[in-house]
Amino acid sequence: MELAWLLIALPLLASAVLGLRGRRMDETEIGTLACGAVAGSFLLALLLMLDVAVRHGAAVVVGGPTWVSVGALNLALSLQVDPLSLTMTLVVTGVGLVIHLFARGYMHGDPHYPRFFALLNLFVGMMLILVLASNLAFMFVGWEGVGFCSYMLIGYYTHKPSAHQAGKKAFIVNRIGDLGFMLGAFLVYRAFGTLEFTAISEQSPTVLAAGGAAAIAFFLFVGACGKSAQFPLYVWLPDAMEGPTPVSALIHAATMVTAGVYLVVRMGMVFALAPAVLNLVAVVGLLTAVLAALLALVQNDIKRVLAYSTISQLGYMFLAAGMGAYTAAIFHLVTHAFFKALLFLGSGSVIHAMEHAIHHAGRCDDPQDMRHMGGLRERMPTTHWTMLVGALAISGCPLLAGFWSKDEILFATSRHSYLLWLVGLGVALLTAFYMFRLILKTFYQEPKLGPAVHDQVVESSAVMTLPLRILGVLSILGGVLNLPGHWFGAGWLHHWLHPTLGPSLELLAGGREGNELLGMVISSIVALTGIGLACSCYAAGRGRGAALAARYPRVYGALVAKYWLDETYRRYLVEPGNELAETCAAVIDAGVVDGSVNLLGRWVLALGQDVRHYQPGLVRSYALWFVVGAVGVVGYLGLVGLGPWAAGLALVLLATLAGAVAWVVRPRNEG
Amino acid sequence: MTSPIGPALALSAVLFACGVAGVLLRRNILVVYMSIELMLNAANLAFVAFSRLHSALDGQLFVFFSLTVAAAEVAVGLGIVVAVYRKLQSVDVDRVNLLRN
Repeated sequence: MELAWLLIALPLLASAVLGLRGRRMDETEIGTLACGAVAGSFLLALLLMLDVAVRHGAAVVVGGPTWVSVGALNLALSLQVDPLSLTMTLVVTGVGLVIHLFARGYMHGDPHYPRFFALLNLFVGMMLILVLASNLAFMFVGWEGVGFCSYMLIGYYTHKPSAHQAGKKAFIVNRIGDLGFMLGAFLVYRAFGTLEFTAISEQSPTVLAAGGAAAIAFFLFVGACGKSAQFPLYVWLPDAMEGPTPVSALIHAATMVTAGVYLVVRMGMVFALAPAVLNLVAVVGLLTAVLAALLALVQNDIKRVLAYSTISQLGYMFLAAGMGAYTAAIFHLVTHAFFKALLFLGSGSVIHAMEHAIHHAGRCDDPQDMRHMGGLRERMPTTHWTMLVGALAISGCPLLAGFWSKDEILFATSRHSYLLWLVGLGVALLTAFYMFRLILKTFYQEPKLGPAVHDQVVESSAVMTLPLRILGVLSILGGVLNLPGHWFGAGWLHHWLHPTLGPSLELLAGGREGNELLGMVISSIVALTGIGLACSCYAAGRGRGAALAARYPRVYGALVAKYWLDETYRRYLVEPGNELAETCAAVIDAGVVDGSVNLLGRWVLALGQDVRHYQPGLVRSYALWFVVGAVGVVGYLGLVGLGPWAAGLALVLLATLAGAVAWVVRPRNEG
Repeated sequence: MTSPIGPALALSAVLFACGVAGVLLRRNILVVYMSIELMLNAANLAFVAFSRLHSALDGQLFVFFSLTVAAAEVAVGLGIVVAVYRKLQSVDVDRVNLLRN
């Protein structure tokens, strides 16, 4: 079990080596080290999984050094190995490994190759801390660590000002969520006297019986909203696409952004005791899913479509968690990691090829803009097929990974509320539509930039297509993790997670009976309808999409403007903040702080100007002061006998006399 | 048996006052120097007078020490005077104002 520490240490050590020595290594060495570390972690995670399976899923807390020990507060850096954390670990290291492999090819020739892989490995290490930590405090270390890596990697292309802006935006918006996380952790400590997950899960029903669960759950959910880009804090994720595509795939699709879902499920017991907050989670999740899916309809940047799609799918996961279907949330998290990583890497492969082609043709069009693509099907067959699989999977095409996980979420929703279920189906329709809009615009429509560019497009190298194939297979087969029904092998993920989630799921049991098969048929029809609609609008030679946009200009305008949410934040939060800062700088800093310091300085200067006359450099005038002082001391000693009042009076008289003498004999500036 | 201390202390005070006046008023560094010695010896005289008054040898012992220290001080002081003269070609204390400005 101590292997868990090694599992975290491998990527962190590799990151340190790459950061310190990377500049003296060539690309092969760097790639091998970075991938090797993640591969090692992946193998260790598999070993730990066997171990946990032998123990029938009992949680094991691996002790570590004490971090803080003050009074009753004891924070240990310890790890919790249980089915839930291991599931996350396998996703992080498994998908992470594939993305690392891809990145070797994608980042080939980049001048800051070592920095990229150092940060990517640091991210993996921090993410592992996040998912394996056994208490909220240590988890927060990973939580902030991944936030830092995300910030650094969004702003990776340091020559692009937009990348700096996006990095800062991500960091600042995340800070809002982090505040919620911290407040939640404080409340947990006040209620439980500890931050350990095992203790929280066991003691929740008794400790929180009198209430208090709602506040904790609410603040932790605010934290989850920031990290997992939920309304109203989702605005940072689309901008985060400024980073290199492997970063978007790893951090902003497969792993980091799912940390919020993991947090909710990890604290599932507390959420289960706060039904009102759980409803809020479901509503916010669904609202985000709808809003983001609508925005994805009108984006022209291939990565931004995927970014809004990610936000929308994360909304699905929160919907599942809010419905009390924690297993479904984790199931969708896993399958989403497969197909969304696949789609991002596929888009990376396309961008890579477009960039080279445009460069060769001597043009400077945006390689990420889908309006410049089209007809790439024949040029990039592997990328085309794998992305098609990914698109089918996310759309919920029957029997692929996304179908099973999405269906489970919709089924759980239908058992509680038909209204939410219908909205969820609507999102599924939108998902299928915008994904196939992307596929058709990229691979099927006629080439837009003419043969000069089109003929230069070549399929990416095997380093990049192999990861696509692996993820393609996972996107097809991922559903077997948790098949519905009661036959052998069905519900494997559910059984695997049961030791961890069982108690909270028992609390949440309820809802009406439903017909899962009927639900599957309906959602299949919806998905295929969405695909069909997209084909009727965007297939080669069809202009229906543009016609729709022209017919509803106000709707289209609102979507293109992203509901003016960024502008609203700018107008009502950012600009007042800037004004406040400028006012403070002008009034408080320049006026009060600098002013008082300058005033003090002027006083001292003036005092010096006044007293410098008494230090003229004449030795005899110093001797005079010496004598005046001596006479004063002797006089005082002589007068002490007269009692305090008389002595004081005499001293004042003497001082006056001495002053008068000094004034009379003061050396004058002969100057 | 005690002897009257008044006259001795009075002489001491007068000598001391002469010394102070010399230090403050004279400009020749050697005269200033002699005035300092005058003040020193005025203090010595007071020491001896009190020693007699209390029939204790402590005062006279102190005088011994102060004479010894004064001898050493003379060596240092005259050294400074020589250095000043070499530097300024003068023994006027008012011209020793290199620290001014």
